[in-house]
Amino acid sequence: MAGTLMALLFYLAFLVFAGGLLYRIAGYARTPAPLKIPTTPAPTTRSGVVLRMAREVLLFESLFKANLWIWGFGILFHFGLALVLARHLRYFTEPVWGWVDLVQPFGIYAGFAMALGLAGLWARRLFVQRIRYISTPSDHLMLVLLLTIALSGLSMKFIDHPDVVAVKRFFEGWLHLSLQPLPESVLLVLHLSCVALLLLIFPFSKLLHAPGVFFSPTRNQVDNPREHRHLSSWAAARYEGEGPRG
Amino acid sequence: MAETVVAPPLRVIPIIPELKPDAMKDVRSFVANEKIQTAIGFPGQLVDDWHDRALGKMGELLEKYRSLKVYMDACVHCGACSDKCHYFIGTQDPKNMPVARQDLMRSVYRRHFTLAGKLFPKLVGARDLTREVLDEWYTYYNQCSECRRCSVFCPYGIDTAEVTMAAREILDSVGYGQKYTNEIIGKVHSIGNNLGLPGPALIDTLQGLEEDVKEDTGVDVRFPIDVQGAEVLLITPSADFFAEPHIDSLIGYAKVFHAAGISWTLSSKASEAGNFGLFIGNYDQLRKIALRIREAALELGVKRIIVGECGHAWRVAYSFWNTLTGIGAGADDPFALQLQRQLDGRYRQPTHICEFTWDLIERDALRFDKSANDQYVVTFHDSCNVARGSRMGDMMGGQFEIPRNIIRAVANHFVEMPEHTIREKTFCCGGGGGLLTDDLIDLRVKGALPRMEALQEVAQTHGVNFMATICAICKAQFSKVLPYYQFDRRVVGGVHQLVSNAILLGPTP
Repeated sequence: MAGTLMALLFYLAFLVFAGGLLYRIAGYARTPAPLKIPTTPAPTTRSGVVLRMAREVLLFESLFKANLWIWGFGILFHFGLALVLARHLRYFTEPVWGWVDLVQPFGIYAGFAMALGLAGLWARRLFVQRIRYISTPSDHLMLVLLLTIALSGLSMKFIDHPDVVAVKRFFEGWLHLSLQPLPESVLLVLHLSCVALLLLIFPFSKLLHAPGVFFSPTRNQVDNPREHRHLSSWAAARYEGEGPRG
Repeated sequence: MAETVVAPPLRVIPIIPELKPDAMKDVRSFVANEKIQTAIGFPGQLVDDWHDRALGKMGELLEKYRSLKVYMDACVHCGACSDKCHYFIGTQDPKNMPVARQDLMRSVYRRHFTLAGKLFPKLVGARDLTREVLDEWYTYYNQCSECRRCSVFCPYGIDTAEVTMAAREILDSVGYGQKYTNEIIGKVHSIGNNLGLPGPALIDTLQGLEEDVKEDTGVDVRFPIDVQGAEVLLITPSADFFAEPHIDSLIGYAKVFHAAGISWTLSSKASEAGNFGLFIGNYDQLRKIALRIREAALELGVKRIIVGECGHAWRVAYSFWNTLTGIGAGADDPFALQLQRQLDGRYRQPTHICEFTWDLIERDALRFDKSANDQYVVTFHDSCNVARGSRMGDMMGGQFEIPRNIIRAVANHFVEMPEHTIREKTFCCGGGGGLLTDDLIDLRVKGALPRMEALQEVAQTHGVNFMATICAICKAQFSKVLPYYQFDRRVVGGVHQLVSNAILLGPTP
């Protein structure tokens, strides 16, 4: 019964997550950027912009310039999360992909890194006056949610180990639209419910920073306004006779 | 109010200041009157249905500007920007933290445009657009100089200037505009420049300048205006025509043109480089003001367009002129091609006066007596719009190197201010973005604090006594606020003022 409910919850969560995210991304992509507004240091070529974006997304370059504490905790959390996600691919692949096998041992440390990063970010939110001022209840709850996911996951590794073979059977079944039982474990239900909740709120929350950064005109525009005429569709239409998009 | 304004003490150790909630809530720029508003097509006073119209405008802007749409969603309240704004540092008002300033609008966006804010407003910090909120917008969006320093540090590149511009656009559309900026926009349309200097007065001023320079140097340096068929059209901020120290840079440009033997002209029609349309985020105004320059270029038949020392004007010229007016290259539409065929494609269009002068220096076409600037130990204040919204030359960062190269070529003593206060991390002078008005003098003095601290440091350690800059607003702002910090007002000046001091005009020996 718990297995069926969880499977259905995950179908719903996945649909909302994927559909909502696609809808948001389509909205960003559809909205024009009428003026050239890249911020310095702005690359003068498309490949330069790809590099800049890669540094921004992989190294958090701007954040590094801004504040080493936030950068450090942010890196711990995001890279931890990335490795943990990679580790979890073993529940969805059969045979398990080679590189997923390879990251298994690191995934454990990554779980701790993730929790530590989240705790650090939350401590700043609670104790740094400026950041406490700008925090909304949802900012705190988002960290609580992520911490719950991380800690319940770690607990299942080190305290109360559920039958992971059964968990894998459940998710393989889920992938093939066949409902399988879920091992009885309060921690597992807590862990999975929180993940489903995270997927559900993703497209409606500040988690949109993930797709948003790629559409940020200050970061993704090429600095070449003197060489190329940049004209948005609405500006061209408004001042008819000026010709097509440049 | 002006009498009671005191500069905050310089911080010995620049720790991030404590919050003083509402410290600046009563510092409100004067509201534009009916005459000023209607002259540029905005409602004369706050309209009865302001609530619906403001939200309608916000919805429209969210469809038209990807920046606003993404920036309303993407912020995670990480706090990276929270200590980066000069107005926050100087005033300690938490609503002058970039993220909090953005949240004044983001809270309304969430309430009216997002599911979470409609369902759980308290949870996500969403607020109805009430009259109090609208007033708060007016107050704090007129305490942002749109300098974009916060954007450099934001992990998503969120640009508070884009939010401030959208807010001012919405406020204007419901009849709640700012007097200073909107009055100036009216003047540029009716008279031709921000200072309201009519053509005949301008011609008089230029003649007077020719006489002054002749007296000083014995050389007939010309200040031509409306000359048909000149090679270069110079577009410069109108402050250059009579304000101190701006005028010394104008003399510098004229001497450079003279020494290079290049024919040039000013235009009485386009006697203003500044474009305050930028400050209110209004595309129509931005475009209309910029079009005067296109028209003047077409009428005079010039081959090159060069822009004088003005920060936001250079951002508009460099980044937006090609889009708005076709001044630039690479177009394939008849509107832009009409002008681009006339302009000489061998040169960057438009060109910054510093690019022009530096090219000449590199080609050994100018001669200097550097000792003429020996009374100065010079530092360079990067102006925000040049530093973070434009470029010079062909290289990334040319906007930083070229003015410094010029200074080193014309003066013997050059010192940098601390690293976190220059280049793309430069601090705004405190008077940009439409805030250079006496009704905001309290804000302006406090906003200058980080720059004054940096200047004080190099003044003490290296004896710096001249801060060069290439922005008319920076020059005017510093002239006004330097005395509040016990500096002489003449510590600030233009890069071409230094060029003017050192350039040799006689025949080559």
